[in-house]
Formats: sequence, structure tokens, C-alpha cells
Amino acid sequence: MKRLFPHPYLTLTLIVLWFLLVNQWKVGSLVMAIILGTVIPLLTSAWWPDRPRVKRPFSLAAYSLLVMWDVIVANFQVARIVLFTPRDKIQSNWVTVPLDLHSPEAISLLAGTITMTPGTLTADMSACGRALLVHSLHAPDPDAVRDDIKARYESRLKRIFE
Amino acid sequence: MTTALALELFLSAILFGGGIFALVGSYGLLRLPRPMQRLHAPTKATTIGVGAALLVSALDMLGQGQISWQEGLITLFLLLTAPISALFMAKTLILRGEADPNLPDTGTGKPWATLGQERPDP
Repeated sequence: MKRLFPHPYLTLTLIVLWFLLVNQWKVGSLVMAIILGTVIPLLTSAWWPDRPRVKRPFSLAAYSLLVMWDVIVANFQVARIVLFTPRDKIQSNWVTVPLDLHSPEAISLLAGTITMTPGTLTADMSACGRALLVHSLHAPDPDAVRDDIKARYESRLKRIFE
Repeated sequence: MTTALALELFLSAILFGGGIFALVGSYGLLRLPRPMQRLHAPTKATTIGVGAALLVSALDMLGQGQISWQEGLITLFLLLTAPISALFMAKTLILRGEADPNLPDTGTGKPWATLGQERPDP
């Protein structure tokens, strides 16, 4: 069982995704969903040696709501910078964010969050995976950006995953 | 009839607002001077511009009495793929030396992954 379904949650997610994609209930879709749900986890299992652990799934839902809100607010801020800040007054800066997170899933989620919230962008990771390189569009104070990311996102992800 | 009209006006307003943000994102692509700054523009257009269009599409279907899940899926796939393409463009800029200079130190004693020694495939 474990060899046929190395990632049961991934299998389940793929089946649900397939049904949402075809948007109707048919036996044929169920067969296709089960085939995809079996084959894709098997083919990709080499890149997923461990099962990702989510300790608090409900906090993850709350986290996505928080990120969505931040995306909306930050969009207004960036629109203001793009439209009204004179070109030579835009102070773009690199920010190094040292990581307290260890789980690869949590780190990729943090990197994705940083990119999707406008104004900041994950550009690279240190070779040892213990720090993220973040580019900020307008940050007169790079340390504040780092502290904000760590307090607002990383601490929450640490609670959810570790 | 009036409720349908009100709904349509409401949806049009969201669509219009999203369009403005998409426009600002594209304008940013033109206006911002440096490559790393221009990279910020596409992340904006996908989040609010596309988000508003998808929200309106889903609400419009709901107004016709149908539930459409595809909009949610598009949002999910966008959120999964956009950061990865942005990351790879940023890494390319760093490798080609076209990113902003003065990369900060990693603080870990190791170099940034893009600039580090190439590792053989495991």
C-alpha cells in the first residue's frame, strides 16, 4: 500500500483537483482521477522523499486569508510607488532574511508568500538553505523589511509546520 | 430586474478596479528603470488584476445559478507558478550580472546558491 501510494494526501488532492477541473460528476472522470492520483505521486516521489507534515491545517487556512489581505493592501502601496514616486527616489534594496524554518515545504511557502506580496521578491537562497535573498522595490530601511517578514509570515509558518 | 442590474454594476466596478491595477503593473514595467525593479511588475498584475477578473467570473456564474470551480483552480495554479517563474528570472539576472550590484552577505558563511560552486548532479 505504501509503495503504491507513497503520498496519500497528494493522491487525494489530485483526485479532488481533477473533479474540480472537469466540473461534473461522471464515472469516467473518477477513473481518470484515480489513474492520475496514482501515477503522478509515483513518478514524482523521487523529489518527495518525506511526507510533508502540517501540524495545524486550520492555521494554514487563516494564514492564506492573512496573505490575501496583505496582497490587496500591498498592491495599493506599490501602485502608489509606481505612479507617484519619482524614478530616482525609488530606493530598491537587497534584504537578507536568515531562516528559522527547517521544513522545505514551509520555506518554499515563505518564499512564495514574499514574492506574491507586492513590493518584495524572493531572488535566491544561500547555498546551505539557511537564508533567503529578498529584493525590495522601495525600502529605505531594509532591516524593517526583514523584521516584518520574520514576524508576520515566518513565525506563523513555524507554528503551522514545526 | 433591479437586483440583476445592481449585481452587474457591482461586478463591473470590481472588473474596472482590477483592470486599473493590471494597467499600473504594465506601466511599471515601462517606467521602472532597472531590471530587478521591473521584475516586481508582473507579480502585481497577476495578483489583483487577474484575481478581480476571476472573482467576477465566478460571481457571475453564481448569479446565473451555477457554481464554477475553475476560477479557484486558476487562482491556485497562478499562486503556485508565478513565484517560481519570478525566482528563475531573478536567478538569471543575478547569474548574468544584470541584477542590482552589492548583493548582501548571506550571513551563513556560504555564498548565494546561484553564485556558488556548481555541484554535480546527485
